[in-house]
Amino acid sequence: MKTVLNEQQLSITIKRLSHQILENHTNLENTVLIGIQPRGVFVSDKVVEEVRRLVLPGTVQYGKLDITFYRDDVRRELHVPNHTDIPFSIENKNVVLIDDVLYTGRTIRAALDALLDFGRPAKVELCILIDRRFSRQLPIQADYVGKSIDSIISQKVKVFWKEKDGKDEVGLL
Amino acid sequence: MQLSVKHLLGIRDLTGQDIQLILDTATEFKEVLQRPIKKVPSLRDVTIVNLFYENSTRTRISFELAEKRLSADTINFTASGSSVSKGETLLDTVNNILSMKVDMVVMRHSASGAPHFLAKHIPAAIINAGDGINEHPTQGLLDAFSMREKLGRLEGLKVAIIGDIMHSRVAMSNIYLLKKMGAEVMVAGPPTLIPKYIREAFDVRVEYNLRKALEWCDVANVLRIQLERQNQVLFSSLREYSLAYGINKQLLDSLPKEIVIMHPGPINRGVELDSDAADSRQSIILQQVENGVAVRMAALYLLSGGRGISA
Repeated sequence: MKTVLNEQQLSITIKRLSHQILENHTNLENTVLIGIQPRGVFVSDKVVEEVRRLVLPGTVQYGKLDITFYRDDVRRELHVPNHTDIPFSIENKNVVLIDDVLYTGRTIRAALDALLDFGRPAKVELCILIDRRFSRQLPIQADYVGKSIDSIISQKVKVFWKEKDGKDEVGLL
Repeated sequence: MQLSVKHLLGIRDLTGQDIQLILDTATEFKEVLQRPIKKVPSLRDVTIVNLFYENSTRTRISFELAEKRLSADTINFTASGSSVSKGETLLDTVNNILSMKVDMVVMRHSASGAPHFLAKHIPAAIINAGDGINEHPTQGLLDAFSMREKLGRLEGLKVAIIGDIMHSRVAMSNIYLLKKMGAEVMVAGPPTLIPKYIREAFDVRVEYNLRKALEWCDVANVLRIQLERQNQVLFSSLREYSLAYGINKQLLDSLPKEIVIMHPGPINRGVELDSDAADSRQSIILQQVENGVAVRMAALYLLSGGRGISA
């Protein structure tokens, strides 16, 4: 496995993404952060933790979105749903979707469909830890990118988290 | 994770893991039902026929709603007003419907084992919505879901199933399910309505005294007296049944602890359950109905997927 981001780089990248989000949404009044279940939530947890340090307490609205029921491959393989928890209205809000790896774009397509069932946001942005360039199957791009990498289909990007896998690291298999 | 079965014919065929999977999936569907748009596109390409050879209000509406919330296409079939009265057999009817490219069958029939028979002869996934006096698996699942939601667990829970055990498919599904999930089960009612073999066959407690049953349990699942299935006199009158086995608020208030009251509906008010008990704070009868949609969505979703790529 080739290391794409080591522990220190990963932590710096998360900090940068958090600051970039705040740069565009100064006091988060009209902005909500939503992590995509299951793996995107590890990124969004860290981004939210960082953002909370930088703004007034109580101003960060943070939700988790599961897209299982909106997948376009239900017929091929059955997926077990994770928990969706969006305890606020997204009507007319700026939504920042957060996920770990952007690859074909199909997950984000499903997430957009799922999101619209919660209301009509003013704007939706996408924050991604790893962008696998040139591999999109749908016209989707990220607004905040942790790191862009070039990879071929047979390769796999693995994101490890201390809470789950014992280490913080991004690797290319 | 996937179910170990292709059809949902009865709780008897499910493993503890299957039950857990259905209940957990139902929890997520319950969240979907709280959203502004209570609908997901998961079964957009699935067509489901609701085949009802026997009357039903709750179950049929609940299944239909569950199917619509999953974006499936549905067709409804009721035996009255169909070619069944012209003498068409069950298998012929179903094969004719399936030839119109239907993927799943939800079926209720007054003959026990009808869906099992069908499962042997047709390729579509079948969900049993109640067959005779055998099983009513989605009711068992939604009862368990409601108990788990209200009390936080199934394991170790003391559940008394009260009333017409002999003719009740709800009782059978409840017993199978609760035993598999580690709950303690008691059946209570007049001796004529409790099968003799039940204690040995299912390892459940049997109690003929209503007060003793209520004092023992955490949850009382009260069943309807099914007069339409009784072809002999098993108790002298409804009034006498009500006096010995009817539950009212006064009785509930006199118990040492507050128990949860459930009923699969339709209630015979004033027979097995008095209005003041059925509408009390302890009753979760309407929550059961609400949860029914989420549980049926879970069953449909889990049985629809993972079939490989189908056109």
